[in-house]
Amino acid sequence: MADNVKPRVRVPKTASKDEVIQIKTLISHPMESGQRKDKDGNIIPRSIINRFHVTFNGTDVIDVTMEPAISTNPYFEFEAKVPESGEFVFTWYDDDGSVYEDKHSVEVS
Amino acid sequence: MTIPLRRAALAAMACALALPALAETVPESTDPIVINGGEVELQTAAPAPEHLDGALDEIYSGWLFRDPDTQTMQTDDFENPGMIFVDQGMDEWNMVEGEAGKSCASCHEDVSESMKGVRATTPKVNKDGALWSVEDYVNDCRTNRMQAEALDWNGNRMKNLTALISMQSRGMPMDVAIDGPAQPFWEQGKEMYYTRYGQLELACANCHEDHFGDWIRADHLSQGQTNGFPVYRLKQAGLVSQHNRFRGCIRDTRAETFPMGSDEFRALELYVASRGNGLPVEGVSVRH
Repeated sequence: MADNVKPRVRVPKTASKDEVIQIKTLISHPMESGQRKDKDGNIIPRSIINRFHVTFNGTDVIDVTMEPAISTNPYFEFEAKVPESGEFVFTWYDDDGSVYEDKHSVEVS
Repeated sequence: MTIPLRRAALAAMACALALPALAETVPESTDPIVINGGEVELQTAAPAPEHLDGALDEIYSGWLFRDPDTQTMQTDDFENPGMIFVDQGMDEWNMVEGEAGKSCASCHEDVSESMKGVRATTPKVNKDGALWSVEDYVNDCRTNRMQAEALDWNGNRMKNLTALISMQSRGMPMDVAIDGPAQPFWEQGKEMYYTRYGQLELACANCHEDHFGDWIRADHLSQGQTNGFPVYRLKQAGLVSQHNRFRGCIRDTRAETFPMGSDEFRALELYVASRGNGLPVEGVSVRH
């Protein structure tokens, strides 16, 4: 299992109805591509986050398939329209089966 | 035909040699680094400390010499990739290890209180008269109080901790002592700073004092200030410690370098830090 995996998310706490808000996410992860070799010439096994999924009140916002060429500590920035108060759920799926989750609520006034 | 040409070329060269060497290039602006939309503001220039005796008029943060894209990364803690390691340093801070069953937090409790100002005044002379860097204090605690193994000077765990400790002094001006018991170390560091090393015969001063702001290969030289360390270097995609940076520079002069954590580098660290006395600690800076 990859060590020190920690998701970081920035979502505004409040928004007006139907406002398009900016969301930034970053997760610390080595994203070992499976292409590299160690000192003895053995291939270092692939260990990446292969999927990033975001929902808002149960509705899909984005669903990303991630590939080995993506860099260490992958960063995603995107926009989402918020029609009502609710909760964003961010989920990252690791090759090793681990699932990392973070939740952030937005208050619509 | 070739002889007059060669002679002309030689004459041109002689002419060029007679010109004074190009001097440093002062940054166009010295805007502060505004972080998190104004939450933190770091000055990027300060009057040169007196001990420099006119060698520099003003001291500048290395931030001023970087590309706008790189500069922007440091203006938001979310986009500063170094902050990941500060978070990991926090985990390290709370991790119980060693025979004594202690973590850093067991004694030092809240890092934001206990470590405030530490980075700004280190390296300093300890109670036994030895010059210590932050790394030395960490390992002293680990081996004596925690009875755990010392951390590798340049290992990730150590760098995460020094990043965390450095962050607690963000915005505080560098203020290392250079007199009293620190003076012999400072003199040693100064001697090193002006000593030409390696096959290329370059001293720190040849680049960072005489030519800051000028091109070196495809990059700009800075004054080599250390107030931004540990830095997140895009080239390495990770944190770089001061001693690692010293080693890199000396290696690039094609010299045998001193090891990280050596007394020579501690002395150099003190001297270089003193050249930046007055510039704010940047916590974890972002550089190329």
